[in-house]
Amino acid sequence: MTYIEFLQAYSSRIIDGSLITLVQFLFATAVAVTTALALGLMRLSNNPAVKGSATIYIEIFRGTSLVVQLFWVFFVLPLFGITLDKFIAGFLTVGLNMGAYGAELVRGAIMAVPKGQWEAAKAINMTPLQRMRRIILPQAFVIMLPPWGNLVIEILKGTALVSLIAVTDLMFQARQINISTFMSVQTFGTAIIIYYVFARFMVTPFMRYFERLMARKIGRA
Amino acid sequence: MTEDMSQYPLRLEGSNIPMVSFKNVRKSYGPLVVLDQLYLDIDAGEMVTIIGPSGSGKTTVLRMLMTLETINGGVIYVDGEPLTHMEKNGILVPADVKHTRRIRSKIGMCFQHFNLFPHLTALQNCMEGPVQVLGISKKEAAERSLELLDMVGMIEKKDQLPSRLSGGQQQRVAIARALAMRPKVMLFDEVTSALDPEVISEVTGVIRQLVGAHNLTMLMVTHQMGFAKDISDRVCFFYNGSIEEQGAPSKLFENPERKRTQQFLNAVLEAN
Amino acid sequence: MEWRWDWTWELVPRFIDATGKTLVAAGGGYAIAIVLGLVFVLAQRTPSRILAFVAREFVELIRSTPLLLQVFFVFYVGPQFGVQLSPWTSGMVAIGLHYGAYLSEVYRGGIESVPKGQWEAATAINMSMAKTYYRIIIPQALPPAIAGMGNYLVGIFKDTPMLSVIGVAELMHTANAVGSQSYRYLEPYTMVGIIFLVISLPTAFMISRFEKWVRRKMGM
Repeated sequence: MTYIEFLQAYSSRIIDGSLITLVQFLFATAVAVTTALALGLMRLSNNPAVKGSATIYIEIFRGTSLVVQLFWVFFVLPLFGITLDKFIAGFLTVGLNMGAYGAELVRGAIMAVPKGQWEAAKAINMTPLQRMRRIILPQAFVIMLPPWGNLVIEILKGTALVSLIAVTDLMFQARQINISTFMSVQTFGTAIIIYYVFARFMVTPFMRYFERLMARKIGRA
Repeated sequence: MTEDMSQYPLRLEGSNIPMVSFKNVRKSYGPLVVLDQLYLDIDAGEMVTIIGPSGSGKTTVLRMLMTLETINGGVIYVDGEPLTHMEKNGILVPADVKHTRRIRSKIGMCFQHFNLFPHLTALQNCMEGPVQVLGISKKEAAERSLELLDMVGMIEKKDQLPSRLSGGQQQRVAIARALAMRPKVMLFDEVTSALDPEVISEVTGVIRQLVGAHNLTMLMVTHQMGFAKDISDRVCFFYNGSIEEQGAPSKLFENPERKRTQQFLNAVLEAN
Repeated sequence: MEWRWDWTWELVPRFIDATGKTLVAAGGGYAIAIVLGLVFVLAQRTPSRILAFVAREFVELIRSTPLLLQVFFVFYVGPQFGVQLSPWTSGMVAIGLHYGAYLSEVYRGGIESVPKGQWEAATAINMSMAKTYYRIIIPQALPPAIAGMGNYLVGIFKDTPMLSVIGVAELMHTANAVGSQSYRYLEPYTMVGIIFLVISLPTAFMISRFEKWVRRKMGM
């Protein structure tokens, strides 16, 4: 079977898998961003309990493997009464894991906003909430975008692991096709190309465009 | 658009050839021409100072000689042989790495920001070149380096890392490091510009010792006019990428022929 | 659901053995990655435009695609060409390639952080390119690179579970085996999680201490 024939035979499965990967990626990113924001702000808090719990969460999620976390959520949580659909378990775990890494980016970016901005906001009598929402976060957002670009790629790669809990993404489909055909180079090669194209020619350029757009919006470009 | 290289000699012949010779040298960064039609000869043992406003191309002259910059036209000769080019089938072609390194070995340079190797002590900095590049034994390299460190007054700090040395001390070690390679030509690129005023004399004192002592040919870019006048055999005033005027220091500083030279000297005097 | 301590205790020897295997796989992969990383970064800095381009694209390819996929690729591609790589070898090669690509970026950052004046000073004493890299640039590129290198060591350790899918008997594989044999997953998976924590947290701490020590020793 030539490569073209291979593609014709299996393209629908590959495309299905790719779509699942795309959806997992988008949802995982949403979860990661929300988690990172919450954790980042918690880590900046002066309240030791708040700061401490965020730190513990971050250390646990960063210190253990994403694979282990996925298996834990899928196999162990049901024993405690929490049974998640595997599709949800997948992107949720990836998002919560990556959010722990993102928390540091959020915290670092907020701390990188010039001190003068905090003071100016105070001087016009803004409440802490207003200050954060209208002055600090918009600027921090622009600062944290470049490293988030890297993290987003990591999220994409992380979604491949949900195949291990039987979510039928691109990775899963590739393995299945490989098992039945043993045309490993074509199967896995195609999967690699798809991930690569997605990461390098879609996600990364989008992030760069987004960076420039945001920078312009706050008058920095 | 390539130059016709046959207009340049394959080597300089004769009993009195200059140690360094720039022939029709041109340097440009894209559309910006920094130096054009530069002719400059420096005789063996001569001490030449280059002065001029920033952007006049004076540092570029030194950097091209040290092969830190490529040239875009003309040829530079060192000790009779071309530095930037080599002979191939009877004509001059751009030099390869091997040829460049062979001719370059005759040139040493000291920089404005010293550029000592931070992970090596003063002594190790001086020994690095002789051992790693010249293949000299560690024992002999150490002897040579200690002698030079003594000469620049840094023998007591020989085992210190550069981070523990002051600017003036670092620059003196840098001079010893360059001399350890026994170059025939020494280049000094604004070596006092990054120093606090009170330690400038530490470094100029060392350079003073070198003048005439080792039959060293020296080329210096500096803003220290008094020092330049004192020790130079010749001063070149650069303006806008070419030599505006050159001559004996007493003549150039006291009785410059060109208006621009006078304007520059006035401005420098004002600043001091 | 109650935690069964007696059973947990019985499992400990198996898990210790598996931990050892995990560390070996991680260590072997890391050793390969350290060397490959240097190869990749030097290849990207070579004057030959073609080699530099190919190296750059290859590194990007590896960094943009999942390690799991690369593990499968290395393991299964061999047999198609008649070469059978053992799970261990494939695992370490895949990890070595993947993290070698990451490390090349870390090395690149380190090399680019060395001030331009250092290159010029090396030229001024007529040093060859090779010696300049070896004696002057790389020693100065290392301290800033250590933090990144350490992070990736911890990262490799946490990625070893991917090797379980091709049959390497490391921690995750063992936990899966135990779990499916006894139909109890709580204890095995939790133990694996704790073991990871216990190893990665102190390691991260020691790496940060090591970096500070290296900086001090190098007078930086």
